[in-house]
Amino acid sequence: MEEFILKRIRIREIEFGEKTEISGGVLSVNREELSDLLMEDSCIANVDLAIARPGESKRIIPVKDVIEPRCKNIDGQDSFPGFFTDANFPSGKGETLVLDGMAVVTSGKLVNFQEGLIDMSGPGAEYSIFSRKLNLVLLIEPVKGLGKHEHERSVRIAGLKAAHFLASYAKKISCDEEERFSVSSLDKLYKKAPDLPRVVYVCQAIAQGLLHDNYFYGQNAQGCLPVLMYPTELMDGAVISGNCAAPCHKHTTYHHQNNPIVEDLLKEHDKNINFLGVIVPPVRTALAEKERIGYQVFKLAQMMGAQGAIISEDGGGNPEADLMIVARHFEKNGIKTVIITDEYAGSDGASPGLADVTPEADAVVTNGNGNQKVKLPPMDETIGFVETVEHITGGHEGSLLSDGSIEMEIAGIMGSTNELGIENLKTIAI
Amino acid sequence: MGLPAVLITAVPPIALTVGANRIIRGIAIPHPVGAPQEEPEEEFRIRKGLVEKALKALCTSISEQTVFD
Amino acid sequence: MKTLKVVHYINQFFGKLGGEEMASIPPRFEDGPVGIGELITSSSHGEFEVVRTIICGDNYAAENLEEFKKVILPWIEEAGPDLVIAGPAFAAGRYGTACGILCQEVEKTLGIPSVTAMHPVNPGVDLAKKDIFILETGDSARQIARVVPQMVSFARKLVNQEKIGLPGEEGYIPRGIRINVRDQRRGSKRAVDMLIDKLQGKNFETELPMPVFDRVPPAEAISDLYEAVIAIGTEGGIVPEGNPDRIEAHNASKWCRYSISDLSRLEKGKYEVAHGGYDPVPANDDPNRVLPLDAARVCEKEKQFARLYGYYPVTVGNVTAVRSAEKYGKEIGEMLKKDGVQGVILTST
Repeated sequence: MEEFILKRIRIREIEFGEKTEISGGVLSVNREELSDLLMEDSCIANVDLAIARPGESKRIIPVKDVIEPRCKNIDGQDSFPGFFTDANFPSGKGETLVLDGMAVVTSGKLVNFQEGLIDMSGPGAEYSIFSRKLNLVLLIEPVKGLGKHEHERSVRIAGLKAAHFLASYAKKISCDEEERFSVSSLDKLYKKAPDLPRVVYVCQAIAQGLLHDNYFYGQNAQGCLPVLMYPTELMDGAVISGNCAAPCHKHTTYHHQNNPIVEDLLKEHDKNINFLGVIVPPVRTALAEKERIGYQVFKLAQMMGAQGAIISEDGGGNPEADLMIVARHFEKNGIKTVIITDEYAGSDGASPGLADVTPEADAVVTNGNGNQKVKLPPMDETIGFVETVEHITGGHEGSLLSDGSIEMEIAGIMGSTNELGIENLKTIAI
Repeated sequence: MGLPAVLITAVPPIALTVGANRIIRGIAIPHPVGAPQEEPEEEFRIRKGLVEKALKALCTSISEQTVFD
Repeated sequence: MKTLKVVHYINQFFGKLGGEEMASIPPRFEDGPVGIGELITSSSHGEFEVVRTIICGDNYAAENLEEFKKVILPWIEEAGPDLVIAGPAFAAGRYGTACGILCQEVEKTLGIPSVTAMHPVNPGVDLAKKDIFILETGDSARQIARVVPQMVSFARKLVNQEKIGLPGEEGYIPRGIRINVRDQRRGSKRAVDMLIDKLQGKNFETELPMPVFDRVPPAEAISDLYEAVIAIGTEGGIVPEGNPDRIEAHNASKWCRYSISDLSRLEKGKYEVAHGGYDPVPANDDPNRVLPLDAARVCEKEKQFARLYGYYPVTVGNVTAVRSAEKYGKEIGEMLKKDGVQGVILTST
């Protein structure tokens, strides 16, 4: 039987030092070594590194992506397939190392206004799981005149490189915790639990252009049809985020790596459900593509004999059309469906929260209203550029007050209404 | 009495859901009346075609929401 | 015991000035409680002291809402209350409207907590429910002896800034708004649990009932296009370079209009995308791909219609609240109508 083994190395402190190494739970990073590695990309003019720890009075802004350091423990194979080696080997099997308790955060000059904010303390910190991580922030400055697409690409690759580089230092040390997942083909799953309802998880991945893209095995998901994956493939970097819209609900690469729906479905697997696998459809802008992809999702689920499904949204607005297209196919053909999303109900909570609806969507979990306003106190230190808050989603002209505090919507806080449900925010009607 | 309004959108289902009455299928979300993959003359021809379709929709009597083709 | 100062608003009937024949009397005030105001004092065991009672005729209030607010607000401010109580209005529509609007204004402008009470179908409910708490009553004023104490105990919670629970628990009419709360279980677990319940045929409750959107009947078609003035506009956020009016990338707080009267197309670099919800590159390269000015001009030159309107209305429809969009649509429509436009072509991204 094949297995995926996640080996967790707990990081309890990060510091800059003479040598890059992990010892006694402390990650030491040699600044030059890491920035030299990233500066191999000639599109990058400069790299600054910063550390932000839970509880510190620090604000990181603008944030593009958050990546958990992971790499495989097998020679010739790697996490983030398609980026470091060729994409031609199985993600989601064998041993993968993860630096638990820390994250790589990509920041620096704004690519576009879909980027977000992380506060390490204060009320803003409650809205983001990343406030509870030891964050190594990459402040990337592109060369002059670099186009937005190239800028985004350089930052994205730099984040993955850094995450992968750091994780590789765990190869030499023993892990603190091991999680084992069995990787079973469908015939084995059907045989093992014939009486449990068969469930698929449909994980939307938006693929709509600059700062709205995702990558399947290194391939931009635009132009892809839905992909069928083992649940463990997501844990191994099979899907990488190039999506920034919007900070509150877009899936960072960290969220893909730590997909809570996969985790919670696996906990119920062989108990109340037979979890067959994950279908990852791109979400495109043209209706013809939505319909084509929607039908293919249904076809895959039907071929697998699915009886139940969870569909998670990536983004807001037009992806709701895809949610409804798939929900209609599923429900009309006996596949019981739960949709998981978030909503934009206005700052007063009085507006309809979704752009598209269908009566078949009778079971919906919501991860909060992204328009809720908050006031964040000033932080002692900003990593990045605090004035960009007036341009990012959730911010507005006048968001940054003279004393350094910020009035904004939680839409601008990284992961605050994460649509995979990693947070416990919910909206209720009163 | 209101003004006839026609919406050119790449996602007619959403327009139908939120109650738009005259709807024309646009090309794509980032460019509802653009076709960047075409040569400029062809792109303009396509755009003009959509505008003319829209004008026709404004002149068409309807009793319920309609996606014009 | 510290007493809480209350200003009480009532209509001409409860103010003991008369019935329908006195419905047009303008507002006036008295210091101290009037009529049922005494019930406020007694049911609070003296904790609430009505320091001022404002009385107004129902017709006057409903027909002159702006004047009504303007006159009454200073009287309230002057009395320096901890709380404003309006009504209860039961099913009386003009009275309920006045109560709802007044409480709304008091909270917004003076920041003083307020409470009112009326029947769920009272028009005052839909006007004000999202901004204030409206306790639910039946339609008969005979219940007053029961309703006033309820208002008092609810008001005490408001003044003490206690956590207010769900409508069913606390007795207020559902406000039609959604608020964020924390749940014990994370969202993914709630989704998995909901699916298992659904698969096992058990009852489950959706967290987001599908909303119902308003429908507007289609406007009449243009009868003679050749004579018509046509406007073009967009929610795609195409704005002059630099976004001079700072339309937000997300949840726009405004719409703008920009002149196109001497333009035959939108030039690259002179216009840009302010909308944060789509890839801006194609439209920054050629803004006509979102606002089809070039094509519309050519159609105008070919005399397909009489004239292109000299401005284009624009906003950003990126997670912009539906209520805002309704407001902008109304305002834009009024402007176009006033300026003699017969039809509008809008694009959406």
